[in-house]
Amino acid sequence: MKRDVSFVLNGLEVTVAVDGHDRLIDVLRGPLGHIGTKEGCGEGECGACTVLIDGLAVNACLYPAMEVEGKQVATIEGLRDEENRLSVLQQAFVDRGAIQCGFCTPGMIMSAKALLDANPVPTEEEIRDALLGNLCRCTGYVQIIEAVKEAAIRLKDGS
Amino acid sequence: MKKFHHIGKEMPRPESRDKALGKAHYLHDIERPGMLYGKIRFSDHPHARIKHIDISKAERLPGVKAVITAQNTPEIRIGFLRDNFALKPDKVRQYRDEIAGVAAIDPDIAAEAVELIDVAYEPLPGVFGPEDAMKEGAPLVHETDPQGRPRTGNLLALRFHHASGDPEAGRRAAAFVVEGEFSTPRIQQSCMGTAGCIAEFDGNHNLTIRTKTQIPFLAQRDFNRALSDMGLRGKNTRVIVPTLGGAFGSGLDTHAYEYIAILLAFRTGQPVKILYTRDEEFAYLSPRQSCRIRISQGCDRTGRLTFRHVDVLQDNGAYTSWGATYPSVMMMPATSLYRVPSVYFDAKLVYTNNTYCQAMRGYGNPELNWALENNMDELAEAAGIDPYDFRRINCNEPGETTPMGLRISTCGLKECLESVAGKLDWKNQRKKGKRRGVGMASLIHVGGGGRIYRSDGSGMILKLDDFGNVNVYHGGVEMGQGLHSVLTLAVAEALGVRPEKVYINPVDTGTCPWDVGTHASRGAFMACHGAILAANKLRDQIFAFAGELFPREIEKNIKKLQKKDPDFKPPDFDVREAAKPERFELRDGILFLKDAPAEPWLQLELGRLLRSIHFRNQGQMLTTEAFYDPPNELPDFEKGYGNMSATYAYGTQGAEVEVDTETGEVKILQMVAAHDVGKVLNPPALKGQIYGALAQGVGYALYEEVLSQEGRIMNPNFRDYKIPRFHEMGFPIELDFIETNDAFGPFGAKGVGEPGLVPTAPAISNAIYNAIGVRIRDLPITPEKILAALKNK
Repeated sequence: MKRDVSFVLNGLEVTVAVDGHDRLIDVLRGPLGHIGTKEGCGEGECGACTVLIDGLAVNACLYPAMEVEGKQVATIEGLRDEENRLSVLQQAFVDRGAIQCGFCTPGMIMSAKALLDANPVPTEEEIRDALLGNLCRCTGYVQIIEAVKEAAIRLKDGS
Repeated sequence: MKKFHHIGKEMPRPESRDKALGKAHYLHDIERPGMLYGKIRFSDHPHARIKHIDISKAERLPGVKAVITAQNTPEIRIGFLRDNFALKPDKVRQYRDEIAGVAAIDPDIAAEAVELIDVAYEPLPGVFGPEDAMKEGAPLVHETDPQGRPRTGNLLALRFHHASGDPEAGRRAAAFVVEGEFSTPRIQQSCMGTAGCIAEFDGNHNLTIRTKTQIPFLAQRDFNRALSDMGLRGKNTRVIVPTLGGAFGSGLDTHAYEYIAILLAFRTGQPVKILYTRDEEFAYLSPRQSCRIRISQGCDRTGRLTFRHVDVLQDNGAYTSWGATYPSVMMMPATSLYRVPSVYFDAKLVYTNNTYCQAMRGYGNPELNWALENNMDELAEAAGIDPYDFRRINCNEPGETTPMGLRISTCGLKECLESVAGKLDWKNQRKKGKRRGVGMASLIHVGGGGRIYRSDGSGMILKLDDFGNVNVYHGGVEMGQGLHSVLTLAVAEALGVRPEKVYINPVDTGTCPWDVGTHASRGAFMACHGAILAANKLRDQIFAFAGELFPREIEKNIKKLQKKDPDFKPPDFDVREAAKPERFELRDGILFLKDAPAEPWLQLELGRLLRSIHFRNQGQMLTTEAFYDPPNELPDFEKGYGNMSATYAYGTQGAEVEVDTETGEVKILQMVAAHDVGKVLNPPALKGQIYGALAQGVGYALYEEVLSQEGRIMNPNFRDYKIPRFHEMGFPIELDFIETNDAFGPFGAKGVGEPGLVPTAPAISNAIYNAIGVRIRDLPITPEKILAALKNK
């Protein structure tokens, strides 16, 4: 039995028919076509599907779509500007070589965004804590941490 | 040394913007019109006869379009020994065995349908360890060989053997001998993007398959053979490789799921996608091979190695993938890491009812290195020599030919050892004790291709357009390792264009020239060589045309300038006289004469020259191709001899650890990785390769193991199968790249895709021994094993 659910997706109001068993990731990737959110495990273990709900990093593979009613959802697609320019955080990931296969990248960036929104000058330990739920098999995480630090500096300098 | 304009410069990977924006299209994101979803019914037993399969309930489920089994499809054999089947006809030999495939209009229906298939089995006794499998009277995993001849045991017919020097003399000359047995576990490649494919047929019965593969052209050959088995003799396969969410060796073979998707697509006439879930990936995608290695080495009183003896026993699992040929690579470190006058190496592979194993990054080298580098430390201790000094005494040198016949062109091993010792403050740290210690381990790996197939070649097509853009068609697969960034720089450097003008096209067997596969750390090595060869041809063509067309274009420039400024007078330089092909240079997309004044009007933008070549009578477009096959040899693996790579990469890693003797927990305090890379091509990509491989090495050392009970995988998820997370990697890693500028390497570079994980585990193990005096010989080094070893100390 489908029910209409309305929420704000990357700043725009959307309404979508949702089944009781649909997860948020199904709705984002399916009818809403936001394929940037990746499903790596479907069990909340890898973080590839991380999106922000009311500013908090959440695994979209565990989140029931019905419960998103009235909430603010941010996905990787919402970070770029109208001219398709990368956000400061995305650019830092590109510049610091923090992206290899890239499958974990959208989730990684969304977790980092949640952190930087709440804590603009995180320590390395705080970055590790915030991204602990995001797995990466390619990078060894070193350049990801460098990218988040770099983004924090650039955002602080307003560049 | 040659000065480079692009090679060695920091450049973001060209594909990383799409990945950062969430716009990269993985298999997970691709849908084809009318596409169905496939699902596989796997075995319920590790070893059983299939008595009966009832698919009627599944077929009746609304939304199901096809249910296939071995009974209603043609037989397709897979694997290079042809010992596996796409769908199992009469017997299952592992839990991974594919019994049936379903295609349905959505994934949920397909999943429901496979559960509705009733399979009746007659269970058989199984064998789950290689020693048990070799016992007299052990159940036979395969009763016959692929040719139908009866088998009498579980030993594979593959033979890998080497014997060199005089082993008796080596033993006699040894003042110290240390022997040990070491084992390594099966581990999962754990790609973040799970495996899958989309297969579809056109009206002419030709197949297009989008799939996760590292061997698009060998896959084309495999699939064409399957088409033939399906009665479609002479039909062709087009393999397209989408963006890959990692591969790490898991794309080195074609897999049953691909053939099942092909069969379902043919049966239904619609595209069929099969995409593994994470638990399927863990349970039904082949992991890294596990093995036991017995090693003994001896050295004289001065610490010089006198002999080395290595016996390998490898658990192949139920079928044979390319991963069964790990010993072909093990031979390399066994015979050639450090100087040894006499080496014996022998490997046996055994069928068991465990899930069959396949390739993973390093391909036998981390396994052998685990035994060898632990044993080196033990022998050093027996001889009373510091392990760093011991390695320096036996260090390889440039110009040597090793017992396997490897011809060492350049060798930065000495520099790597010194770098690690220096950065770890070795001599002081070794003495510290008190649960803290340092250790090191080194490696040799193929760095100039790796010939394990009759061709080690790779093609390259460069196509220029009217705008000075270079379209690149190459069969090497970008799976995250940074191939495209290096290839972009190589084309820019070799041809003389800006990197932004280089466009790398998706791998498609219909458009790209042949390549044997992206394995053996050969991607960048081959792609750069191909780029240099093709670019040189293009430059010859461009300069030949320029001899004719350049003066005319420069005259146009002069006229234009004179129109603007009637007083403009060009200097006394005869362009027509100067315009000889050998006098041109092309750099950053600008064509000029090497000895002409550096005036903008005496320069020509490449696109303009290309348009003047194109838009005239009998005009032409410029496209060149090149095929590079490196100067290496296919070894005789039964004799263990042959120079398998054009050059060899070296490296040393060092670890400082602290061990909690109460909990057995190992904390890595720092790691140092010094690698002989020949030449740094793109610094961020290279760093990423070493950091990432080292992290996989840390997982191999301390955490990862595919656990199974009687063939069933017990930890098929990231909760129970632990790959390193941010916290496990919370220690500093210092990198040092030794540039040996190898004459066989493109721009001097060697392959570096795999080396980063090869010595990590023994470096950590040697550090643990230095810290607490216990040595764990069985990976991973878990706290439980450390506590048990401390208790028995």
